[in-house]
Amino acid sequence: MLSIKNLHANIEGKEILRGINLEVKAGEVHAIMGPNGSGKSTLASVLAGREEYEVTEGSVEFLGKDLLELAPEDRAREGVFLAFQYPVEIPGVSTTNFLKSAVNQVREYKGLPPLDAVSFLSMMKERMKLVEIDQSLLSRSLNEGFSGGEKKRNEIFQMAMLEPKLALLDETDSGLDIDALRIVSQGVNKLKNKDNAVVVVTHYQRLLEYIVPDYVHVLYKGRIVKSGTKELALELEEKGYDWIKEEVGEVL
Amino acid sequence: MQEVLNQRIETAKASASYLPSEERTKAMTWLQANGLPHAKAEEYKYTHLTKVLEKEFSLQAGVAKSVVTKEQLSGLLFESVEAHHVVLVDGVFAPELSRIAADSKQLEISAFHEAQQKPAYLQYAAKEAHAEADPFIALNTAFASNGLFIEVKRGAAVELPVILYHISSASDAKPVIYPRNLIVVGENAQVKLVEHYITLGEAATFTNSVTEIVCQQDALVDYYKLQFNNPSAHQVGTTQVLQVKKSVFTATTVSLDGKMLRNNLNIVMDDEHCESNMWGLYLLNGKSHVDNHTMVDHRKPNALSNENYKGIMDGNSTAVFNGKIFVRQDAQKTNAFQSNRNILLSNDASVNTKPQLEIWADDVKCSHGCTIGQMDEEQLFYLRARGLSYESARAMLLHAFAADVIQNIKIEGIRTLLEELIIERLSK
Ligand SMILES: Nc1ncnc2c1ncn2[C@@H]1O[C@H](COP(=O)(O)OP(=O)(O)OP(=O)(O)O)[C@@H](O)[C@H]1O
Ligand SMILES: [Mg+2]
Repeated sequence: MLSIKNLHANIEGKEILRGINLEVKAGEVHAIMGPNGSGKSTLASVLAGREEYEVTEGSVEFLGKDLLELAPEDRAREGVFLAFQYPVEIPGVSTTNFLKSAVNQVREYKGLPPLDAVSFLSMMKERMKLVEIDQSLLSRSLNEGFSGGEKKRNEIFQMAMLEPKLALLDETDSGLDIDALRIVSQGVNKLKNKDNAVVVVTHYQRLLEYIVPDYVHVLYKGRIVKSGTKELALELEEKGYDWIKEEVGEVL
Repeated sequence: MQEVLNQRIETAKASASYLPSEERTKAMTWLQANGLPHAKAEEYKYTHLTKVLEKEFSLQAGVAKSVVTKEQLSGLLFESVEAHHVVLVDGVFAPELSRIAADSKQLEISAFHEAQQKPAYLQYAAKEAHAEADPFIALNTAFASNGLFIEVKRGAAVELPVILYHISSASDAKPVIYPRNLIVVGENAQVKLVEHYITLGEAATFTNSVTEIVCQQDALVDYYKLQFNNPSAHQVGTTQVLQVKKSVFTATTVSLDGKMLRNNLNIVMDDEHCESNMWGLYLLNGKSHVDNHTMVDHRKPNALSNENYKGIMDGNSTAVFNGKIFVRQDAQKTNAFQSNRNILLSNDASVNTKPQLEIWADDVKCSHGCTIGQMDEEQLFYLRARGLSYESARAMLLHAFAADVIQNIKIEGIRTLLEELIIERLSK
């Protein structure tokens, strides 16, 4: 589904991604871990199409298309979804408000007729249950005055509405208490099927107890320096990153 | 310029006017002595109206020469809005073109020449807008020959809005049009007023208007000034408001088109527990220029003023915002808030914003803030990452920015119309 080859990216002349290789197949769950500042969010942003980042080398193929050629909205319409680590506040625009246009523009791209107000609302109601989110939150200005947990829950609600092929969840667990974490993870799991894939970025094993990864990767200084199965996450939780840094020290 | 002006004043002296003669003479004398603002005059330095007058217009008072027919106006008035539609052609009330269904016990609308003996007219006509305060008030007072008097009677809650359509018949002689209005809203009365400007044809126009509004005790007045008809319109208008005890006055100024527009909104809160709201939106393109000067004068304690002007500027457009807040020594426990926020969509657009607070009382709550910025890239990216096209994401963000001004419009038909115009404009 997603094939990243030797991806290099800069911001403000600084190289952040320094040769990422990653293959994600339909039906898989991948976890990306790594110390602060190693480039996890940068990778997610580059995949979603944030324009401040300059890709200097490498390629990204998504469902047979050159992802890097596409505008951010077309990536979303093709099925890429990024749950932001720090979702932005948008005064005056409510989730309901923009999602209606978003859902319909995605449908239009796929050659589907727009949803009428009634079907849209019933779809909303159904997906709201999935993450136990309140209607009142969805009618408020996006993220304005939301708690950390509300922001993250709202991100996953949007994911449920847009039904992406590839979901990139950037630290969706931060700011969530244990109950919320369970609800949100269960939501993600319910949306999971053999045709889609999830990449979770996290610092903690706890999330991975709910969203169980097939593969765990360690991103360090802009490269994936180690990959393994879910046991790797346990090991990282226990031992931290120093041993990995040492292991790769000589290579970098 | 002064020479032409003096000549015109001489001509005006010899011709009849229904404005109070004492004030009219004062205005003429003032103009003869001071003239119109020169290029460096502080209050008009960004908006060179004098130059425009000098070059393009004859200063001649606009007399309704051309006959305007109902057919010519069709489609130009807000037909779908249930309202008292009051048409003025070149500054002169045209009852035959108007549709007023007023109960005279509640609402009276008449030309100045019919209002000469009415107590409210005698008490307030030309008493609040002072010639010496602004050269264009002086100009209007000197040259307007008639005007429109609206009286909302004590206790009357006028249900339908009163819409004034200022029509420029735009004859070739390029006259200046001098609309003059006096609106007295009685004790505990309520009314919604709209001033809208329409040019017939494409010709450049120059309108110099003065609207005096008196809000008696407990009056509730919503006032709307709409400027979106003619991209070659020049306009300098003063809305002069006097507020008496516990009255609430709300002004909403929306400017979408105009070559050079200058709006002076002056509110004098001459009593306790008054509230005034000043909302403004300018959404400009091309070479439009809009200058909003507002002044709120807190003279007595316990009053509240709230101001929020927003600008979205594209093309080569320019805007000026100048917000004066005076809090006099007596005006303890004043609350005064002011905000002017601007988004520039093009590198060639510009905004000049200046808050001007002068506070002599010590127990007051005042705040003000001005911002000029670009579209927020983070917000744009967020929406695009959800599948919205660049254009619709941009339109949605700009619409949200403008919305808190538009949402305050209480006349549904006009709010909807403006919403549509704005969405259309922002989607370009
Ligand atoms: N807009 C920017 N301008 C300059 N440097 C940036 C910018 N965004 C990110 N960086 C830098 O890029 C590096 C990688 O940042 P990134 O956010 O991808 O890290 P991360 O792995 O997601 O970290 P965390 O675990 O703290 O979220 C950091 O050194 C950061 O300072
Ligand atoms: Mg990060």
